Amino acid sequence: MDIRPILVTLRRHKFTCCLLVLQIAFTCAIVCNAIFLIGQRLERMRTPSGIAENELVYIQMADIGNRPDAKARAAEDLAALQAIPGVKSAALVDELPFDMGSDNMDVRTDPNQRMATLSASQYFGEGLTKTLGVKLIEGRDFRPEEFVDLSDVYTALAQQQYEKLPKTTLITRDMAERLWPGQDPLGKQIYVGTGLPFTVIGVLQNLIRPGQDRLELGAQYSSVWPVRIPLVQGASFLIRCAPQDREQVLKSAVDKLKALDPNRIVLGKGTMEQHRRDFFQNDRAMAGILFGVCLALLVVTALGIVGLASFWVAQRNRSIGVRRALGATRGNILHYFQTENFLLTTMGIVLGMVLAYGINLFLIVHYELPRMPAMYLPIGALILWGIGQVAVLGPALRAAAVPPVVATRSV
Amino acid sequence: MLVYYLDLAFRGLKRNRVLTALMVLAVAMGIGACMTTFTVLHVLSGDPLPGRSGSLYYPQIDPRDMESYTSGVEPPEQVTWLDGLYLLHARRGSHQALMTGGMVPLQPAQSSIDPFHANARYTTADFFPMFGVPFQYGSAWSQAEDDSKARVVVISSALNDKLFGGKNSVGKTIRLQQTDFRIIGVLGDWRPNPHFYDLYMGAYADYEDVYVPLFTARDLSMDHDGTTDCWGNGASDPQHLEQSSCTWLQFWVQLDNPASVTAYKAFLQHYSEDQHAAGRFVRPPNVRLRNVTQWLDFKQVVPSDTRLQAWLSVGFLIVCLINTVGLMLAKFMRRAGELGVRRALGASRRALFGQLLLESGVIGLAGGVLGLLLSLLGLWLIRQQPSDYAKLAHMDSLMLLATFALSVVASMLAGLLPAWRACRIAPALQLKAQ
Repeated sequence: MDIRPILVTLRRHKFTCCLLVLQIAFTCAIVCNAIFLIGQRLERMRTPSGIAENELVYIQMADIGNRPDAKARAAEDLAALQAIPGVKSAALVDELPFDMGSDNMDVRTDPNQRMATLSASQYFGEGLTKTLGVKLIEGRDFRPEEFVDLSDVYTALAQQQYEKLPKTTLITRDMAERLWPGQDPLGKQIYVGTGLPFTVIGVLQNLIRPGQDRLELGAQYSSVWPVRIPLVQGASFLIRCAPQDREQVLKSAVDKLKALDPNRIVLGKGTMEQHRRDFFQNDRAMAGILFGVCLALLVVTALGIVGLASFWVAQRNRSIGVRRALGATRGNILHYFQTENFLLTTMGIVLGMVLAYGINLFLIVHYELPRMPAMYLPIGALILWGIGQVAVLGPALRAAAVPPVVATRSV
Repeated sequence: MLVYYLDLAFRGLKRNRVLTALMVLAVAMGIGACMTTFTVLHVLSGDPLPGRSGSLYYPQIDPRDMESYTSGVEPPEQVTWLDGLYLLHARRGSHQALMTGGMVPLQPAQSSIDPFHANARYTTADFFPMFGVPFQYGSAWSQAEDDSKARVVVISSALNDKLFGGKNSVGKTIRLQQTDFRIIGVLGDWRPNPHFYDLYMGAYADYEDVYVPLFTARDLSMDHDGTTDCWGNGASDPQHLEQSSCTWLQFWVQLDNPASVTAYKAFLQHYSEDQHAAGRFVRPPNVRLRNVTQWLDFKQVVPSDTRLQAWLSVGFLIVCLINTVGLMLAKFMRRAGELGVRRALGASRRALFGQLLLESGVIGLAGGVLGLLLSLLGLWLIRQQPSDYAKLAHMDSLMLLATFALSVVASMLAGLLPAWRACRIAPALQLKAQ
């Protein structure tokens, strides 16, 4: 189809055309970036945790008042939890995956290194790896005799008796790869604090770190330490059981813990799946908002195209009739409007790509987002071409239905 | 004349009902989205203490070791126990307070209420006069109670409602962490947003229910909550935070004039130099002194998602407006014949322009009113979200006015261009074309 007559006609509506092109360009630019942002959020929400998420429940508790017998109390609690029917394993841990806050430490591969290689989260608790269900891909788990009580760790640090500290640690595969790229991490030393050495005895496949703001800094940078804890501030009981037993086990566990010692408060409880959902609720909400805005933009733009095309069809009613009388088929008229729309949309998309790139640069500077991969641009283009063609179809069919006899009528 | 124009405008709008509805809806959606996000932004970035925040300052000093040191690095955002005490006792400002937050187990006397964890603020006495905290009953404690580690407590009006049915509870006793405390004051309505004095519990978090003298809280080793930053081998053993190399306290000072601000900054610098010379501070002196507004800007308390949403809604409004301009233009141009006749019959260009502008103004106003309803709906939707700032999302009179201003400006912008284009037609040409 010859596009010259279309261009000539469009030139007579320069101003309106410019507005339509501009609208399509803005829509295209915003939709491209929004899809990219949605992708980012969805990717974040899909971060693997490396734990048996559907088999875990947790109870976060706090004592009322200070307890001198905290150590014995914790041991008794754990024994009681293990005895509940259906419980596979239980642990008392300092932090949970998908907690909002986190405990972190700087890790070095050389005691004299000035800037730390990375910052990793630190998990404490006897039986933590087994209860979480993390997969050990290299090395071994802790032996029972390696565990040290948290209070002894504090004492050793305060009195500078560093030989009383634990000697070993487990780290994740991602963390090992960052610390010693391409090397076997087993038996290597990491340095923490003022150069205290610890030996890596095992590598975990994955273990997500807690902390809303920490995922970007290495979602799997977690380490596990042979430290036994009492019910310290922020600590939680973690219980593993079959997925269908979770409700029942959680209920009996809370009852049992309250019965063992009524002088404490349940601060939070639930399944790990719920904990994960809560952790990502902002991302889910943001993805939803972005999707809603995309949809609204496309609808507004589509309706705008319908409106303008309808006007043009009505305005050119007579010339359409003349063309039909001179031998143009219905198909010719239909194609004319479709091609016209395609041309305008293409102009809009080209301008939109430039704008999309600009918006992405703005986001990179102000929101520390990564560069948008080029594949999002053709996606945006396809969507707008599709929307344009769908929107113009109705008015174009109406145009095609104009009978040639219109040409002979005076207005 | 105006009535006649209005009549013409309504006739014009009625001619294409669907199109008119489309234009109104586009303007309304754009304005609704914009006003929703801007109201949230406005609420979240408000001044927490109007009239006071300019003279409240947050000193920062750098007591850390040389590990990971680079020159020009930002000092820690909180202070250590030692530095905090020094600044407190130096009394260089007209008011100063050292504070931190925590959770305290509260055992109500009534058996009908289960023991629960109350949000607590451990602070020295100046907190109340410095921040201008209103009291419903009783009063704050004084420095004497600070020094004697008195078992006194100030509670929020919400907690007073919950435990004492809103009656004057001054003199009554509540049990915190198995210790009896005497209530000496009940706060009035006090919720500065953001929670500027301690952003580590969430910038728009729930407010404290109990206020306990800092030294009393440490004496009873009440749990400390929030951020604790340690260096060296300073493990954050919660029982011995006083001796550890960790920052975990906030220090605020009131400085009433520029001269005292300069003097205070010099004082911080001297203190750092002295400590550096004594060998306690390893890094070169590095101090900051920001007031509330500067501190909130620096900490970027407004969630970046909220700012992103505001930008997104601006983009959306632009598209909606372009859409409306395009449709309105097409519509006016189609009426070129009618306009040509009116011109030929003697209507001035200005009269036509005014009439068309009125027509677009009607659309804008309708869009604005609908947009306002949509933004109320949007805010309601946001309040259903689980984030901690969600419940603050309410429209105030300022934003209400802004919405109307925006809708009028937007519609005028959207109408100006088409009206101007449409009334520039040559009447003779139009009549001939007929």
